[in-house]
Amino acid sequence: MVKYIVKRILYSILILFVVSIILYILVRCLPMDYVERKFLSQATQGTISPEELYRIKELYGLADSSFVGILRGYWNWLISALSGDLGTSFLYNQPVTTVISSHMWVSFGIAIAAYVLEFVIAIPLGIKAATRQYGAIDYTTTVFAMIGISFPSFFIAILLIKVFAFQLHWFPATGILDATIDWAGDPMGKFGNQLWHIVLPMLAITIISVGGLMRHTRTNTLEVLNQDYIRTARAKGLSERTVIYKHVFRNTMVPLVTMTAGIIPSLFGGMMILEQVFGLPGIGQIAYNALQQGDIPFIMGYNMFIAILTVLGTLLSDIMYMIVDPRIKISK
Amino acid sequence: MQEEEKIIQQEQEAVSEPAPEEAQAASEPVESVADRVRIISPFRLVMKRFFRSRLCVAGLIMFVFLFFFSFLGPVFVNWKEGEVDRSGTGDTASYWEMEVTDENGDKYLVYAEEVTKSETNSHAAPFTYSNEENGRLHVLGTDKDGRDIFVRLMYGGRLSIMLSFLVVLIYTIIGVVLGGLAGYFGKWVDQIIMRIVDILNCIPSLPILLIIGAILESTGVAAGMRIYIMMACLALLSWTGVARLVRGQILFLREQEYMVATEALGFSPGRKIFRHLIPNVMPQLIVSMTLGLGSIILYEATLSFIGLGVPPEAASWGQMVQSAVGNTAILNYYVECWLPAGIMIILAVLAFNFIGDGLRDALDPKMKR
Repeated sequence: MVKYIVKRILYSILILFVVSIILYILVRCLPMDYVERKFLSQATQGTISPEELYRIKELYGLADSSFVGILRGYWNWLISALSGDLGTSFLYNQPVTTVISSHMWVSFGIAIAAYVLEFVIAIPLGIKAATRQYGAIDYTTTVFAMIGISFPSFFIAILLIKVFAFQLHWFPATGILDATIDWAGDPMGKFGNQLWHIVLPMLAITIISVGGLMRHTRTNTLEVLNQDYIRTARAKGLSERTVIYKHVFRNTMVPLVTMTAGIIPSLFGGMMILEQVFGLPGIGQIAYNALQQGDIPFIMGYNMFIAILTVLGTLLSDIMYMIVDPRIKISK
Repeated sequence: MQEEEKIIQQEQEAVSEPAPEEAQAASEPVESVADRVRIISPFRLVMKRFFRSRLCVAGLIMFVFLFFFSFLGPVFVNWKEGEVDRSGTGDTASYWEMEVTDENGDKYLVYAEEVTKSETNSHAAPFTYSNEENGRLHVLGTDKDGRDIFVRLMYGGRLSIMLSFLVVLIYTIIGVVLGGLAGYFGKWVDQIIMRIVDILNCIPSLPILLIIGAILESTGVAAGMRIYIMMACLALLSWTGVARLVRGQILFLREQEYMVATEALGFSPGRKIFRHLIPNVMPQLIVSMTLGLGSIILYEATLSFIGLGVPPEAASWGQMVQSAVGNTAILNYYVECWLPAGIMIILAVLAFNFIGDGLRDALDPKMKR
């Protein structure tokens, strides 16, 4: 198993390396680089000469946009990234790692709350639906799950804002904190206010992703229900309760447990569109702005962050799978 | 109804289970099940199962409705795509009062009235007519630029449905070919293809599409073409799921006896892959394609929503929903501008999800029902 994991990690490093090359080349192909964009007005007014602009570009490491120049830029980025320095964000004037870690927790908080809610709703309903296949509960949950999956994230966000913020005035529409109140000396009140602000984004995430989890649970449960050992359990005369909650439930959890490792990237990566609509200062929103502005260090840092999380997530879910389900053997 | 159910059940038993042994053993015609039931082909069985499921039929109806709405609808409506209703809004009067002091020092309160006539008939209410002779009907009113919303919904649907089919077709072909190669040849071919799959899986697609969108904007590609290029890129990024599915199935099918038979018959690899392996992957493939259609529609809507899709005068559902963001007036008072578009997206995605889900059940040979 250790050998397998080491092999997987080595592969992952190779994959990440190629991903970073592709990303860097793409990012450098961005038409208006950060410097051009920043000094656009000065350049058009003529208050800044092309030579000065070039010098500034050189400072940012953007001057040479030939292929060799891009490769050299990549090399510099790679060397410093390997030593743990992702560079300084052009846009936010802070080290990329600082920007990521300071905005990540907003997204993380919302995502984790949404996932907990999702699991609490989806698993019992999924199992109920499976045990009463083609019954009323099954049909209703299926229809609602499907409708949830079909919602575009931005549309559910707008609907929630319209209904709960503008019509009912229950929750604030955007932002993470009420800026009109002085929160100094009232940490609990501040926290409460923040919680108040994340209710709608959390609901939005839950609505669009609860259906998938529910369907997943249902399919798994159905599969387990068809197994021989369930028939054995019933034949032994166990009550249906025991069969479902002891024998079926545990085996249903196997794929679900592995799935939880797979959601790591979405936990930390933020929701670009949702944070945009809700005006949340999460990592997704920050990354979106960086992408718009051509902030190369941040784009690289953010995307590599996601890529690493994805690799880790798949690796972890495979390992979990082996731990949880002893029948799985390593083939390679 | 019950009678029908019974017959169907008998039919299925006749198909799914091997013929009863007595019928095989006895050479003279006995009264067997086979005399009372028709043998139906697997295709018809699938169709039967499909149409029995209410959700599938609902999905199919929704899709047919959307299809005719988007592709035939524009014929029956006398607004063109992107056509602005320039018939004017009629008179909108605004009043205000001001205080005037005359030379004697007396103060007067003066009421002023200004009648404005705007050129475009923007934000017309639903079911109103344009203010021209033989005014034309705005079924859902107009948006803030005076374009007919109902017509925009139709053209948006055209774009969404067309693009989703194209993209799914492209990435399925890529996925089938590469997944088939990886699964069939194994070894280094498999290694290379699966590593490419891993790499593509690690690249977050939305940021990449944002970057590509920005690049396209600068290179002077015609605005109408942009969405097609973006969707082509999306297809290049999303074939990995299909490739994995096909590879996994082929790894499993390769070990089956009928593949040994093709080996013994000396078939060429191409024939083995495309005539004997791929058709056996088709059920799963069809399901994943149907579900893929829905997710591509969502993607297209998202891209349009963030402004990377079609130019403003062309219509797309995502873009119409976008009009409500940051514009409280539209969000609150002109619901017809964004709500129908959002509902259309949901309907389209839901239709494909229902159909896909039903197909999954219908195509599953292990299904008992």
